[in-house]
Formats: sequence, structure tokens, C-alpha cells
Amino acid sequence: MTLTSLLIILTVISLAFYFIAKRTVLIARSNGQVFHSLPNYYGLWAGSLAFFPAVVVLILWSIIDIQLFQSWVRDFYPPEILAAGGSQAIVALAKVENIVAGIRFGEPEAWVLQAGDAWIGWAATSTMLKSAVVLGLATVCGLIAYRQIDSDFRARNGVEKLISYGLIAASTIAILTTIGIVLSVLFETIRFFQLVPPTDFIFGTEWNPQFEGAERAGSGGGEAKYGMLPMFAGTLLISSIAIIVAVPVGLASAVYLAEYASPKVRSTVKPLLEILAGVPTVVYGFFAALTVAPAIKGLGESLGLTVASESALAAGLVMGVMIIPFVSSLSDDVINAVPQSLRDAAYGLGSTKSETTRQVVLPAALPGIVAAVILAVSRAVGETMIVVMAAGLAANLSFNPLDAVTTVTSQIVTILVGDQEFESAKTLSAFALSTMLIILTLGLNFFALQIVKKYREQYD
Amino acid sequence: MENSNIKTTGNVFVENPRMTARNVDVYYGDKHAINDVTIDIGEQEVIAFIGPSGCGKSTFLRTLNRMNDTIDICRVEGTIALDGQDIYAPSVDVVPLRARVGMVFQKPNPFPKSIYDNIAYGPRIHGLTKSKSELDDIVESALEKAGLWNEVKDRLDQPGTGLSGGQQQRLCIARAIAVSPEVILMDEPCSALDPIATAKVEELIEELKSQYTIVIVTHSMQQAARVSDRTAYFHLGDLIEVGNTEQIFTNPSHQLTQDYITGRFG
Amino acid sequence: MTNKAFKGLSPQEATARVEASLKQRRKKEKRFRLMGLSAVGLALTFLVILFSGILTKGLPGMFQHYVQLDVVLDKARLDPQGDMSDASLFSGDADKIILEASLASIGEEGGRKTKKALRKMVSSGGSQRLIDFVKANPELMGTTQTIKFAVDDDIDSFLRGFIKRETPEKDRRINDFTIEIVDKWQEAGLISYELSDYLFFGSASRDAEMAGIKGALFGSLLTLAICVSIAFPLGVAAAVYLEEIAPKNRWTEIIEININNLAAVPSVVFGIMGLAIFIVTFGMPRSIPLVGGIVLALMTLPTIIISSRAAIRAVPPSIRDAALGIGASKMQTIFHHVIPLAMPGMLTGTIIGMAQALGETAPLLMIGMVAFIVDIPGGFTDPATVLPVQIFMWADFAERMFIQKTSAAIIVLLAFLITMNAAAIMLRKKLERRW
Repeated sequence: MTLTSLLIILTVISLAFYFIAKRTVLIARSNGQVFHSLPNYYGLWAGSLAFFPAVVVLILWSIIDIQLFQSWVRDFYPPEILAAGGSQAIVALAKVENIVAGIRFGEPEAWVLQAGDAWIGWAATSTMLKSAVVLGLATVCGLIAYRQIDSDFRARNGVEKLISYGLIAASTIAILTTIGIVLSVLFETIRFFQLVPPTDFIFGTEWNPQFEGAERAGSGGGEAKYGMLPMFAGTLLISSIAIIVAVPVGLASAVYLAEYASPKVRSTVKPLLEILAGVPTVVYGFFAALTVAPAIKGLGESLGLTVASESALAAGLVMGVMIIPFVSSLSDDVINAVPQSLRDAAYGLGSTKSETTRQVVLPAALPGIVAAVILAVSRAVGETMIVVMAAGLAANLSFNPLDAVTTVTSQIVTILVGDQEFESAKTLSAFALSTMLIILTLGLNFFALQIVKKYREQYD
Repeated sequence: MENSNIKTTGNVFVENPRMTARNVDVYYGDKHAINDVTIDIGEQEVIAFIGPSGCGKSTFLRTLNRMNDTIDICRVEGTIALDGQDIYAPSVDVVPLRARVGMVFQKPNPFPKSIYDNIAYGPRIHGLTKSKSELDDIVESALEKAGLWNEVKDRLDQPGTGLSGGQQQRLCIARAIAVSPEVILMDEPCSALDPIATAKVEELIEELKSQYTIVIVTHSMQQAARVSDRTAYFHLGDLIEVGNTEQIFTNPSHQLTQDYITGRFG
Repeated sequence: MTNKAFKGLSPQEATARVEASLKQRRKKEKRFRLMGLSAVGLALTFLVILFSGILTKGLPGMFQHYVQLDVVLDKARLDPQGDMSDASLFSGDADKIILEASLASIGEEGGRKTKKALRKMVSSGGSQRLIDFVKANPELMGTTQTIKFAVDDDIDSFLRGFIKRETPEKDRRINDFTIEIVDKWQEAGLISYELSDYLFFGSASRDAEMAGIKGALFGSLLTLAICVSIAFPLGVAAAVYLEEIAPKNRWTEIIEININNLAAVPSVVFGIMGLAIFIVTFGMPRSIPLVGGIVLALMTLPTIIISSRAAIRAVPPSIRDAALGIGASKMQTIFHHVIPLAMPGMLTGTIIGMAQALGETAPLLMIGMVAFIVDIPGGFTDPATVLPVQIFMWADFAERMFIQKTSAAIIVLLAFLITMNAAAIMLRKKLERRW
């Protein structure tokens, strides 16, 4: 039985319990019996009890059985693969999984076929057992709920309790996601640090990752180097360019729209600026690589400068344009949060608009603006597609905006897209870079929120 | 005198007026907030505007230094003149106008800067001083006149927002004085203050009377009676009655004024 | 109270000094205002440059050149087994028949040189097109029909003027002989420039003239379907819990901090999590809309939670009091009053979140939705790619014509996004309640 049909049968059983329970109560009520709750709630109680425990079991089972098969199948591996471990075991697993999926490349080894057959057997048994357990559980729970129905049973309270558990569960997804993010990078990062010492990674100024295969074959371009500084320097350079573009333009636009523009202009220009924020990053990347980079190269060379065809300047400029609306809408919020009474005080003394804005409004909004800039930096640091498409892959430790540099995110994408050797230091290095990226962006975010919090307190 | 069809009871005119308002109407969008108000504001007098909430007294006050310019939908008709010059004439710049007609607001609104910078702000933007010592002088004398000097002279570099409510309001008055205005508009300056702070501010108004013309909007009839020379009573956008404070409070001519004074509504 | 003589300026003196300062201050005021205005102007200029760049490249990309050929639909050769089955049609002689038709179009028997040139001039998708045509119109078998075939992308480039006649022969991608044939076609009026049917109905292809976005569009729709069906209920539920039920304690605070932090995590990190958890640990296949949808749902969840919470907060407490006052339970109050009243705001937030998900590329690269997939995905567990990833892949291809195709695909993507955002704005305007 496939997962889909199992789910359909489960739903049908639950709906049946819903209607039967509701109908029972309706009939009893028409015979003059008085119930605590409305009939609908008795139906919902029976239906939910049939459905939810069974679904939970179904999901857990489906996740766990594959894990079990993966460990059982190791018994079939030839001893030399087990001894080699690492990537060999992963290749072996992939071979077996291909057999299970019905894909054959050439003539597989005998042990692979055996393992595949065994796996198929386990899977069949598991599916059968799973169907029986899930449907059985649904029926039993549904019956128990149905038996509870009588005039005193508080079905509404029961259903509401279930709903509130559901709501709590939904709100913990955020925590689970965070845990998921941390765990998914943590283990691989630790494994990377077993292969490459953390100090080499953090303080290293050379980045030259190599596939293990290439190293073994001796065809690699020298020794593998995993120093993260060139990438962070590149990230810093491109983000700085972006900030230099975005902050003045975004801030000045926000000031103009908040303090000068007529309501009509404001209501037209604001949505237009927000369009810039809604354009997908891949479009900006395409634009940077195809239009801006060649234009900068052409311009630079006509001035007699050497410009890389994937210059940091191109990626940074376009990224700056991308975060203009981000800066302007955040600044707009903080500028509007400055109390009108302060403006009145300044106008009452005879300040001009620009004097009021520069000497009263902006200083009062400064903490909020600083927070906005930090959030913009965090956004620039984490931005991926523009740098993947428009910045190079050359890990130059350079602060010349006309050079090609690489960034943390573009290295992560380059390493993890396509074929990977899961145990190699190169693949693991992407996770270590991710860890650093997460620490950096969350740190910036935390810092910004702290400032905002302080700032709010000032006016509350 | 000049205008015979004035609806207002009592004498709206004075001998040598500082400011004159003639047939002033104020609209907020479609709403008619002030209806045909004519009044003189005399030299070195304290005039109080009283009336129930929403009667337009604050709105009228704000027309006197064009603070209502900051509200997009607000429109003023009629003429208001300062020393004979129409302040709504197209050629008039609000900046020097507001330097001459200062304003103190309902809620104390010190800038989030030091006490010194709060006072120095006005003189700085208007270029009133040529040296640091001149500025120091202005700050000191403004604070002295506001009766705040002795309380804050040792902590001029601390934020103005750290003072108590009453001190903040006197700081705001000092800030207004520092630009040497001719008229000071006060919009319910004591409504956010406790009785002791209120008494201090009222005392200060007494002191300032000798040098400035003061227009004060107040919610409290007692306050109007205590501080003002003349009183004007507003009702639903109309200026009902103007007269000497004593006369208004002891023997009002208009029925509405009498009802308000005796607390029949308000 | 002291009553010292005023040490400051007299009002007359002050007024004089204020007047003196005015000229310079007005100048400063103007400068400041101009600065703000030029910032707005600059930002809008960027917008115009971006859009005009994409439109000028993309609109031509929606069209392509076709050549119309008179094809003899010989049943014996097209359908050797005579049963009109796919297998039979594919084993037929479609390619050769097209070649003969193109020879006929220039009125030549054709030597090897001509044949060789002509084979490269009609798109290699021509035979598929011919097969589709006879499948749709089996009754026309045996007749001669005029059918339009896309020309090869090099010919298309030439017709658009990207490949110039003046360029020395050895430097251009097509030779003089081919150009002669194109001229003959043009003289005979066989070439037409039309809306490209491959763009909307074709799938991924290495040949620029046949590449289309249909597969990616389906992939995007499937991924978004998963995304919305996970993110919307979860987001609303979490928002309801946090606003209406959650006690003010440490745990709630932790959840709130987590949501704020997730909103700041770079999208690529969600992709890494998807890779490590769903693909490596749970053993789910790569490149499928199911995993893509889950990853995007987790990514957009903070957006939806934050906007839903704002919408719930905007429902005035008086409504809750009214419901509770007539004896409704807390849950009834929430489900009968609060959620319906907050729904417009929640939907607006969801649409904006979905627009964000539709344009997202980086996390989907991580979970392998970057594969070259020719088939149109039929379900949530079929390998698929999505529109932005398709754009990313096409942007890497060197052919000139792919640049136009990419821009055309971007126009389609932007059209979707703008529609979604406009829908969100309209929804907000229409259903906005003023309390």
C-alpha cells in the first residue's frame, strides 16, 4: 500500500467516525437527551482521535524504517568496504538503493543484489505492518472516543484542548527549525575541524580546496588549503560597496518621503521602491553579470584601469540597489516613530525643515537607523545569488573593488551544488563556512535588536 | 471702532496691539474649526484663552505662529498681523516669524540632548551669537529667567529628558526665551504637571509678563484667573466673550460664559 | 527667584540677526531637499534601468523566427508500423522528410553541401513538431501541408542581426553558403517572426530555440502548493497561539526570539538544513518539489507568523470581550471572531511570503533542484526544477539567444510576482477594516 492510499483510507476512517459520532448525538438529542456540547464537537472529538495519533505514528514510522534498513544493510557489505568506511560505505549504500529503486548500471556485484533483495523484503514487510498498525490504531482510538459519548462528556472542552496542543506544536516549529539548522551544520563542522585545525581555518589566508579523489590521484593543484579569510574579506568588500550605495540613497529617500513629499508622491513612490525589494535575487544576479559587470569593465578600461570581468564592484553595486528599499523602509519606520512633539518643539523655535530633520529628527532616530544599517549589512552578508552569478570564484585576498573576489555564500553554493563526496574535507568545509555565516548574521541581528529595544525604551 | 459686526461680547480691541486677528476662519479639511474670530493681543499682557475641550482655543493659538502649517489639511482665512504685518502674506517666512512668536507645548518636549544643547539649539540655528561665551550667556540668562538655573547649573551636560516633568516644562520655556521672542504662546503648559510644578510655572509667567506678551491656553479657570490680565472665552469655534479677567470671572456678560464659569458644562 | 537684567539680546536685535541668517539657511534648506529628491530619483532610475534592460532583452526573447515548409506527409515513411503509436512515429523518417521539404523550398535537388547546411538550419526539434502535427491531425496523412518550423538559434541570431553579414566568414558561426539559403527563404517569404510557442510550451533544452519554461513553471507551482499548504496553517496557528493563548513566560520569549532570528537567517542556510536533514538524514530524494516546498515553507514561516500576529493584534479587544461576554469559550472566540477578522491581514502576509518563495533560488540549489530536467513534473515526488533556478541555469549558457530566453523567463517570473503583490495590496485595501 502506498503512502498516499494509506493516508486516504485513514482520512476516510476518521471522517466516518466524525459523522457517526455526530449522528449518534443528533439522534439522542432528538429523543430528548441533553448533551453538554453541540453534536459537532462529539463528531470532531471522535474524528480527531481516530486521525491524529495514527498520522503521528505513520510519519515517525516512515522516517525511522529507512534509518533501520540503512543500518541493517551494512551486514551485507563486504568486509573491505566496512573497514574502509567513509565515502566507500556511502557509495555502497547508493548502489543498494539503486537496486531497490529498480535502476541498474551494468552488472552489480552479487552482494549488492542480495542486499537489494533483502531491502525490498524488509520494505514490503514494513509497509504491511505499518498499514495494519496505523489503520488499527485509528479504529481503536476512534472507537474509544466514540464510547466516551454520553450526555455528561464535555466534548467541546476535549476538542479545544486538542486544538490548543496543535497550536502549541505549530509555534514550536520555529524552535525545531533553529535546532535543525544548528544540528545540520554543527556535526559536519566538528568533523571538518577534525580534518583541518580550527586555527588554520579561521586565520588561514589561503583557500584552495581539493577533492580527495584529485589528491589521491596526485593531479590536484598542490596541497589543499582551507583558510576562510579570503572569503570573509570578499564578503566584507562586496557588502561594504553595497552599504555605501544603499545607506545614503535609502536613508535620504526615507527622509525625503517622510518629511518632504506630499502624501500623493509618497503613496506612489513607496510602492515603486518596494518593487526593487520584490525582484528576485537571481534577476539581480543576471543583471549584474550581464549588464553591470561588462559596463564597469568597459568604463574602467577606457580609463586605463585593469578591471576583472567579475569585479567586486559590479556585484556590490547591484546588491546595494537591492537593499535600498530595505534601508529606506526600516529608516522610514524609525523616522515616523520620532514623536511629533519634538518636531513641534523645533518648528516652534523657528527651525527650517532641514534643520529640524538634521538636528532633531535624525539624532533622535539615530539608534533605529544604526539598527537598520546593521540589518542591511546582515542581509548583504547572507545574499547568495548575486555573488554566485556576478562575483568570481577566485579566492583573492584583496580589497580592490575592481578585482574579482569570492564570498562565503558563493563558495558554499559552489561546493554543495552538484556531485559531492560527503566525507571529503572540501564538502565539510562548506558546512564550516555556513556555521561562520550563521554566527555572523545572527550576531548582527542580535546586535541590531538590542539597539532597537533600547531605542523603544527611550520613548515608552 | 473698525468693525461693527463683531459677534463677540466685550471689547476685543486694545490701545496698542502687538498682534491683531481679523475675521479669522480655520478649516481642517471640511471641518470648520474656527469661525470668524476677531481679537487684539496687547503689548506685554497675559491673555488667557479658555473654553470647553474642542472649542478651538488651541487651534487658534497655533495660527498665531503658523504652527498649523505642519498639518497638511489645515487652511486659514482672514488676516493675522504681528506689529501690523500680515503673517500669512505669501512673502512671509515662517522661520523669523516663529523666532519672534515662540511656543511652549502641552506636553514638555525637550530634545533628547543635553540641557545646555536644548537651550542653545534656538540661538545656534538662528545664528544669534558670535562666540561661545555669548552663547553661554544666553543659556545662563534663559535658564535664570525660567528659574531653573540654580537647579541645573551643575549638570548642564546631562540629558534634558532626565529632568522632572515640571523642570522639563520650564526648560522648554527657557528654550523659547533663549531666542528672544516678542510673544510667547503657551498651549496648556501645566496640563501634564503636578500642582507644585504648576505653581512654579505660574510664578514664572508672572515674572515674564514684564518683558513678553504671553498668550496662554488653559483648561483651568483658576489658572486663567490667577495669571492673566485679559481672558477670552471660546465656544465651538466661536469667540464668545473677551474682557478683563476680573470682569469675566465675576460678572460675565454672555450667558454661555456664565454657564461655563459657573461649571454648568466644561 | 532672581530678577536679574536680561543678559541676552533684545527682541529687536534678535530679529535683526535672524533676518541676517535667513539667506544662507534657505540655501541649505534647498540643498537638503534637493539631496533627498535626488536620492529618490536615483532609486527610481535604478528601477527604470533594471526593468528597461530586462524588457528590451526579454520582449524579443518571447518571439522567434520560423520557416514555413511544404511537407509531404507520406504515411509509409512517417509511420512505418502503421499504428500511429509513439514508437512507430519515432522510428519513422520525420527528419529526412523535413530535409526534403527544405530542399524543395529552395528549389534544389541538393548536393551534400546543401543538405549538410540545411540540416543545421531547421531546429532539431522539427521532427518532434512534425510528429505532433500528424498525431493531432491523422486525417491529413498523405497530403502536403505547410508547417512552420523554428529555425536553428544561429539562423535566428543572424536574422536578428546579432551575427553580421559583414563579419569575415571565419569569425562567424554560420558560413556564406548558409546565408545564401536564408536569403532565398526570405525572398520567397518563407521566414516569419512570431510569438515563440517553445518558450511557454517547451521544456529545458540545450538548444536555445527549443528551450521553454513549461517544466519549470509546473515545478514552481507544485513547490508553492506544498509551501503554502504547510506554511499557512502552521504560521496562522503559531500566530494565534503567541497572540491569544501563550502565557508570558520564558518559553514564549524563546519562541519569539527564535522567530525573529529565523527571519534574519540567510536563505541559503535553509537550503543547507534541507540538504542535511531531509535528504541526507531522512533519505528523501533530491530535486523534488516536496522537499523544496518544505524548505521554502520553513523559510517563509517567520514572515507569515509576524504579519499574522500583527493582523490579530489589530482586532480590537472589544470584539473578544463581546464574544466572551455572551459565554463563548476562548477557542470559539478565536475561531469565530478573531481569525475571520484577522484573515485579510493573514492572507496578505501569506501572499507576500509566497511571492518571496516563488523568487527564491539559493536554498533550492542546495537540495538539488538544479538538475537538467526535460520532463514536465507530474507530482510532488517527481524531479523538478523551478522558474528562478531555470533562469539561473540559462544565465550560464553562453549562446546569445539564451540571454534573450532568460530575459523572457524573467519577465514571466516578474509578471507572476507583481500580480501576487498587487493581489496582496488589493486584498488589504478591499478588506481593510477601520475600527
